Amino acid sequence: MQDRRNEVSRDGSDRAFSVEFLDPGAGVVEVRLGGKLAFADAASLWTDLCTHLTPAISGDVRFDLSAIESIDGGAMALLVQVKWNLQTAGVRCEFVGGAGTVQTILDLYEGEAAPTPRPPHVPVGVFAMIGNQAAAGLREIQLGLAFIGSMVLAFAGVLRRPHSGNWHSVAPIMNRTGADAVPIVLLINFLVGFAMAFQAAVQLKQFGANIYVADLVGLSITRELGPLMTAIIVCGRSGAAFAAELGTMKVSEEIDALRTLGFGPLRFLVFPRMLALIFVMPVLTLLADLAGVTGGVLVGTINLDLTLTGYIQQTQRAVAAWDVFQGVVKSGVFGFAIALISCHQGLSAAGGAEGVGHRTTAAVVTSLLTIIIIDAGFTLLFFELHL
Amino acid sequence: MTALITVTDLTMGWSDHDLLERQSFEVNRGEVFAILGRSGCGKSTLLRYLTGLDEAKSGTVTIDGIGPPSLEAGRPAFGVMFQSGALFGSMTVGENLALALAEWTDLPPKAVAAIVRAKLRLVGLQGSEYKHPSELSGGMRKRAAIARALTLEPSLIFLDEPSAGLDPVSAAELDQLILTLNNALGLTVVLATHDLDSIFMIATRCILLDRETKSIIARGDPRSLRDGSVVPAVHQFFSRTTKDAK
Repeated sequence: MQDRRNEVSRDGSDRAFSVEFLDPGAGVVEVRLGGKLAFADAASLWTDLCTHLTPAISGDVRFDLSAIESIDGGAMALLVQVKWNLQTAGVRCEFVGGAGTVQTILDLYEGEAAPTPRPPHVPVGVFAMIGNQAAAGLREIQLGLAFIGSMVLAFAGVLRRPHSGNWHSVAPIMNRTGADAVPIVLLINFLVGFAMAFQAAVQLKQFGANIYVADLVGLSITRELGPLMTAIIVCGRSGAAFAAELGTMKVSEEIDALRTLGFGPLRFLVFPRMLALIFVMPVLTLLADLAGVTGGVLVGTINLDLTLTGYIQQTQRAVAAWDVFQGVVKSGVFGFAIALISCHQGLSAAGGAEGVGHRTTAAVVTSLLTIIIIDAGFTLLFFELHL
Repeated sequence: MTALITVTDLTMGWSDHDLLERQSFEVNRGEVFAILGRSGCGKSTLLRYLTGLDEAKSGTVTIDGIGPPSLEAGRPAFGVMFQSGALFGSMTVGENLALALAEWTDLPPKAVAAIVRAKLRLVGLQGSEYKHPSELSGGMRKRAAIARALTLEPSLIFLDEPSAGLDPVSAAELDQLILTLNNALGLTVVLATHDLDSIFMIATRCILLDRETKSIIARGDPRSLRDGSVVPAVHQFFSRTTKDAK
């Protein structure tokens, strides 16, 4: 009888367990485990067992647990898995000699150790992918339209019964989305006006047309860049905040709780946010116009040797009240769109933190895209109407 | 029995309001220790101090002679199950369990998968590796959270309201599991709960917190406290009676 003893524990390592692979004959391989099998040594135990007990092994395998002083759940889980792997390969296996706590832990962990089949991955072709995306896009549009419809109904409800509107939330939201955004709106628009004036100055200087920097900056800022830059800032700041706030409320069932208390989320949460942005955006845009023109003034007076009075008079000649007003009108529409999209995305969140993140991203991206589309539409409209 | 957790002169609470003032107690190795008290008395808050998630206003907490508990000091010495389960929603249940194994052990992926399966089997969730937490019921999420807390084979586990929100059968099964883990593995279990059935079934010792006196008003074997305490607040708690009840 050949004794294929593998004295793994005597290989110089300081681990607290031993594994011996014995061949007592009669076609049986005996795995004698001893000492303290702890989770800290689990990697080493796993390697030993997998190396010596391959499915190609001839004969039955008997795991002798009688010399085990102690074993924890992790180590036992690995023993059970090795036994199961061998059994599924047709090798007959058994645990023997387990007593006291070792047997209790074995009872706790022994069972069906079959890997759970991974859910089948169905490959999706390019056309199916395009189709799915198109369907998802259409569904989003459908949901968006339904949301607008519900919003109109909620708004009508508030008009019918004004006391049902959540009016007291409007001022704090205006403060958060408007007053708190003033510094960043001023800074960014000042820098935009400054940079634009610098770019124009280089060209206009060549023709001695320095003074027209005032026209260029004044018109660009009031008609396009002031409202647009402000909308982008508000979208990144307040739009993302709305989506994240409402999304978190949705996944933590706060929205459902509101419903059960008789508050419609549109009337109670969306309406004040929409109203706040519609009021706040025009004011921020006017401040943005002022900051942008100030940026231009700085370049004009320092770099182009224009006088302050001359620059301002030229701006007054170039920029009509309508130019400022159309920017203000646009900004109100931008505010409406940002609030609508962000709140809709927030209320559509599902599935925990990841879902909230996904909807917040969607809110910002969709709002930005919508703002640009609305802006292009307004430009085209005013051009056609010769305004 | 030797003390595994030693709490000395602990004062905890918020800046303007204390929940406990200068209280001390010990948790012995290998026992199931229950932190009891009415809602709002600070059971879950006390667990946060014991696990090092929050820092005490004053006093010390030591675990195995080392303290205060640090969560940044390497492989965690204990497992924690939060009241809501707190499973990571972006991962599957299997990934939730495998996360710490991959971080703190050098086990090959097949061994990690074997341990994940064994732990899920242990809590009766076999076959759930590829499910997301959102696909599980509240009770299943709790059991998955216990399995996650057990992945690194800690000798100490903290459970916050383990049986809250479970049906009676699931709650009893969970109690049985805690008892088995305690008996078989010698696991020390500290749990915050006010489930009396569970307390009488599994707790070796308990402390009863009181929000009015900001102190521990009873300590010892819950069954003895139920049957023998003459302190009105203790009697009320264990006999589920109101203040005015005769």
